[in-house]
Amino acid sequence: MDLSIAAFLVQDGVTNGAIYALLALALVLVFTVTRIIWIPSGEFVTYGTLTLAGLQLGKPPGTVGLLIGVAVVAAIVETIATLRAREARKLPLRLAVWLGVPLAIAAAVWWAAPRGLPLALQIVLALAAVTALGPLIYRIAYQPIADASVLVLLIVSVAVHFALTGLGLWFFGAEGSRTPAFTGASFTAGGLTFSAQSLLVVVASLVLIGLLYLLFGRTLYGKALHATAVNRIGARLVGISPSFAGALTFVLAALLCAFCGVLVGPITTVYYDSGFLVSLKGFVGAIIGGLVSYPLAAAGALLVGLLESFSSFWASAFKEVIVFTLIIPVLLWRSLTSRHHDEE
Amino acid sequence: MNGVTLRDALDVRDLCVAYGKVPAVRDVSLQVAPGSIVTVIGPNGAGKTTLLAAIAGLLPARGVVRCFGDLATAWPVEERVRRGIVLVPERRELFGSMSVADNLRLGAFTRRGEQHKAAIADVYRRFPRLEERRGQLAATLSGGERQMLALGRALMSAPRVLLLDEPSLGLAPLVVRDIFSIIAALRSTGVAILLVEQNARAALAIADYGYVLESGQIAVEGESASLAANPRVAAAYLGQAHTARTPAAPPG
Ligand SMILES: Nc1ncnc2c1ncn2[C@@H]1O[C@H](COP(=O)(O)OP(=O)(O)O)[C@@H](O)[C@H]1O
Ligand SMILES: [Mg+2]
Repeated sequence: MDLSIAAFLVQDGVTNGAIYALLALALVLVFTVTRIIWIPSGEFVTYGTLTLAGLQLGKPPGTVGLLIGVAVVAAIVETIATLRAREARKLPLRLAVWLGVPLAIAAAVWWAAPRGLPLALQIVLALAAVTALGPLIYRIAYQPIADASVLVLLIVSVAVHFALTGLGLWFFGAEGSRTPAFTGASFTAGGLTFSAQSLLVVVASLVLIGLLYLLFGRTLYGKALHATAVNRIGARLVGISPSFAGALTFVLAALLCAFCGVLVGPITTVYYDSGFLVSLKGFVGAIIGGLVSYPLAAAGALLVGLLESFSSFWASAFKEVIVFTLIIPVLLWRSLTSRHHDEE
Repeated sequence: MNGVTLRDALDVRDLCVAYGKVPAVRDVSLQVAPGSIVTVIGPNGAGKTTLLAAIAGLLPARGVVRCFGDLATAWPVEERVRRGIVLVPERRELFGSMSVADNLRLGAFTRRGEQHKAAIADVYRRFPRLEERRGQLAATLSGGERQMLALGRALMSAPRVLLLDEPSLGLAPLVVRDIFSIIAALRSTGVAILLVEQNARAALAIADYGYVLESGQIAVEGESASLAANPRVAAAYLGQAHTARTPAAPPG
């Protein structure tokens, strides 16, 4: 292997690693705030790619129907819960949030599809549509059992994963889609060639991570999520409701995953069930961070990207095996070094 | 005391709490008027923490909890905080990896606009120590400072009913004196304080009225002075061995 091949592999690995890092961060966020091991994250990646692909083809993506269906179910769940709690006067506002907003987004996507809007606008719409699905799924599947054990939440996650994969097949069909590259440009530096597309992916990921950092460090809602992650009872005692924290977490996590979907689209062909494998790689990163450390999770995801890229060069048939085998020494190391501690 | 003239800030009737099938609090009724301090004393395991957790909404309970006349029984914890029922728990439950200032800021999570600015100035006035440490992580504070932060965070929520679970727990006597004088000073803000303590002497010294909780039931109640003078209470909780040595068993 010469330097230029190595440079290419590194570039490839870092590009994929940046995407896995976003996923890993979403998984850590969801786990620390809600204790949910968010297996269905991959479906949100898939939806992100397929929504953008639909918009690019000029036909309304399956997301429109999916969003409407899920919003109607969530609205029914919310209505029943509200009436049970005898809070009927709060119903209009809640319906506006749980039904009105998703329907408005679905309408916007449906309207925009045939109009050939600029790529940036299409990306915004695709992100909005998939992001809206996050809190809706939380409302339907997780909020009613938010106090359950991690194991129960995990089992529900597996069920949601299969449900969302099935819905993906139903609404998007079995054909794969690929979105065009954002840019075909490339440039050379120090005798090595870099593609602008890769650079864009890495920069976009860094910007998103930076925004997330600001959100948690500087805004009240970000601090509220952090507080919930640090001390659940303490958070309730200052009036942060777990449902609010959960819904907000799923907004952010779905946005991160949808963003991954947009970034993945030009790299690989995405089918309705492709997300799972992508999300597993995010999981390897997240588990390197013990599901609680953001920096370690991001670093772990980067490592996964590099490992994947180099193993596909040396032993491409085994690349997945190599990547997932990484998890064994990591789990061993973690189980030897980690201790349970109560944060107060 | 029993609400003839003033509407009670907190009115608890026939409260029962159980862990599974094991009852921990049985038929407890108590009232706290605005601007007064009411204490619940009792031995370890009597059910004091359970009682406060149920009033705060952390544990499901049977019975009735009213806040300024409004039925609070169905409100979740967050709604009770918003309406002014605020708990300082025995375990403090601070946000350890966040700064003192952030802990306090989050105390005002339910309050609108810029109200938190005046609130934080008030907390720093009552606890100058917290202002000195405002950039420090909560986990690195000393025991007394953690209790101050827990109290300060609760004050940030603009409590109308403040539930304090053993504020003296694990603190040096000098620090206990400081904390109790700060609690006594809160009376003038009009907040109703329900103070749970094992340190009966310190609690009765600042309280207006007191209840003795034994095995989940109220054994004795009365004005603080008369409780302190009660030989049974004195023997069991004030360590006055020379007074009548009646065993402090629940009646019946
Ligand atoms: N989480 C729990 N599960 C089961 N029993 C509990 C739990 N917490 C407290 N108890 C029991 O309830 C009783 C009252 O406890 P607690 O309210 O903590 O008393 P206190 O605060 O007065 O010391 C004790 O017998 C205790 O063992
Ligand atoms: Mg206790």
